[in-house]
Amino acid sequence: MEEKQNKNGQEFALTCPIPISEYDTITIAHGGGGTLMHQLIQKMFLSQFDNPYINLQHDGAILEFENKKIAFSTDTYVVQPIFFPGGDIGELSVYGTVNDLAMCGAKPRFISLGFVLEEGLKVEELWRIVLSIQKAAKRCGVKIVTGDTKVVERGKADKIFINTTGVGEIISEISPFNCKVGDDIIISGDIGEHGIAIMAARGGLNFETSIKSDTAPLNHLIEKLLRNSQNIHVLRDPTRGGVASTLNEIAESANVGIEIYEDKLPIGDQVRAACEILGFDPLYVANEGKFIAFVDPNDSEKILQIIQSDPLGKNAQIIGKVVANHKKTVIMKTSIGSNRIVDMISGEQLPRIC
Amino acid sequence: MKYIDEYRDKKAVDFLIKEIKKITQHNWTIMEICGGQTHTILKYGIEDLLPESINLIHGPGCPVCVTPLEMIDKAVMIASQKNVIFTSYGDMLRVPGSKCDLLSVKAQGGDVRIVYSPLDALKIAEENPLKEVVFFAVGFETTAPPNAMAVHEAKRRQINNFSIICSHVLVPPALKAIISSKYSKIQAVLAAGHVCTVMGYEDYEVIAESFKIPIIVTGFEPLDIIEGVFMAIGQLETGKYIVENQYSRSVRKEGNIHAKKILIETFDIVDRQWRGIGVIASSGLKLKPEFDMYDAEKKFQLENVSIKESELCIAGEILQGFKKPTECRAFATLCKPDNPLGAPMVSSEGACAAYYHYKKS
Repeated sequence: MEEKQNKNGQEFALTCPIPISEYDTITIAHGGGGTLMHQLIQKMFLSQFDNPYINLQHDGAILEFENKKIAFSTDTYVVQPIFFPGGDIGELSVYGTVNDLAMCGAKPRFISLGFVLEEGLKVEELWRIVLSIQKAAKRCGVKIVTGDTKVVERGKADKIFINTTGVGEIISEISPFNCKVGDDIIISGDIGEHGIAIMAARGGLNFETSIKSDTAPLNHLIEKLLRNSQNIHVLRDPTRGGVASTLNEIAESANVGIEIYEDKLPIGDQVRAACEILGFDPLYVANEGKFIAFVDPNDSEKILQIIQSDPLGKNAQIIGKVVANHKKTVIMKTSIGSNRIVDMISGEQLPRIC
Repeated sequence: MKYIDEYRDKKAVDFLIKEIKKITQHNWTIMEICGGQTHTILKYGIEDLLPESINLIHGPGCPVCVTPLEMIDKAVMIASQKNVIFTSYGDMLRVPGSKCDLLSVKAQGGDVRIVYSPLDALKIAEENPLKEVVFFAVGFETTAPPNAMAVHEAKRRQINNFSIICSHVLVPPALKAIISSKYSKIQAVLAAGHVCTVMGYEDYEVIAESFKIPIIVTGFEPLDIIEGVFMAIGQLETGKYIVENQYSRSVRKEGNIHAKKILIETFDIVDRQWRGIGVIASSGLKLKPEFDMYDAEKKFQLENVSIKESELCIAGEILQGFKKPTECRAFATLCKPDNPLGAPMVSSEGACAAYYHYKKS
């Protein structure tokens, strides 16, 4: 059997044994959107499911039937608490999949809904979630067309888990490989709000904050953009792992360098303050209602204006550029004029001691 | 944002860098003590702004990094027990022990929780009277007063299912040990502003005088550090060696009297093992005998456990500033943040992690 060395110098067979050696159990860090999760996806999943659709490593797959292209995407929601400032697991599960479809350049049309309910969940809570899903679907203009419900014993899930899968019609095909040297990079608004709101709602912070999750559907704004400009090369929503992880993923898959400017990053004062206290970098904190667009520099001002004229994009900014040097690396020009690497995080950010 | 933006102001930084370049005539090596300062230096690329003749080396001031392997193993042993809720500051969870880290204990079903304060751990103990709640009390003079407070509160409120693994260390004895080493290249020191906020800087005056090196009590923002370097170079170029206080917005010479009092009431000073460095005399804090029932090592009978360090990791040399992380042959190859061989690769304040994230080579 063909063998190769992993990074620890230990040998492993190419196909059979488990190709990840650092941990023999899954830890929370494997779901954090950083390098550990990346490793899981690359080494365990992509290596086994290898095909041109999945290899694109986009927010969804782009499929073609009789010359008609559709986007297809799935996501599972396990957020805790299920109701949080600015949203709940129901609307999040609709907006999340709708946004993933929009990032493929699609107009989302249909969504499926799978529930895993824990024994003991209050029916009243489920009803609130269902109403929230219905409202969110209406707002996005999508129909929920099929579903599934499973109930598990108490302790086997955490109140409710939701899977949504969606399909949408491609308006303009978007792929990370379209990114070009010279592209301007736009972020659609203040970063880090969802992650900090969730952390505060979990009761882990011993200071008060009124930060709300930015959970929102981006499909209408994206559709407006795609209908007004042919020069949008890449779209991505920086959810888990935040802006830094998303930029690293794109730099890696498109084999380009990315340069961002610290003083251009839109960050609200409350998120900034919370991050300063906890020792977090807002670049790694999750968003649920923001997108990053890589656009032709000749069209970037017009695109920025369209985004800023929408309530969901009023604080949009050009935060950086695609460059020819330092391939696969994101470099930040700091506020004091020096350069530093913006790396992909390994797991989740952990609050520091002092 | 107030108290932040003014210390990251480009104009002020440019001005001070220019002044440093004006006064620097010789090659100088300056050690910053605290991991928070190391993090700022790397995050803001401060070394690239300074003249090449100034060499910054990174000191032992990362509490995660210097906590000895055997303490991590003791934490793992306690956290793995069924009746225990183990509480810790977040960045201790990924520090590798000799077999596994606390995150792996959690993944295997251990009740390991991140808290932001020892008082949160105390609250968990109060709410779970049938469980033993243990807090991992690590850190320097900065985190010791709140941990002392938690023990006093536990005693006052008779919360007897609460205990701490006490692994506190003290800066001045370690600083003396490092400067005394024959390998030491240190010509000036940037002392940790928050440690001095608690303890004051009288101890440092003795060190400056006896080793004839300038010590600047320095803050953590980019401008603080650059000003600290400016003050250090000013002394070095003129042959002075006194303690100066750059972080005067927080530090008073006598420190925080109340915090110092509770430290004296709660802890005895003992010899302490530092990860990668070894035992340093009178460099640690241990609970006084009257607080024995809150000492987790006693409660769980783990006092005599001792474990040997990995030989590949050169954390000791890095923590003493003898080598830079990039000089380690395991750096960014065998040792990375998602597979750390030693603690400096774990915490955001660890020198190796800071180099890995912001510099790589």
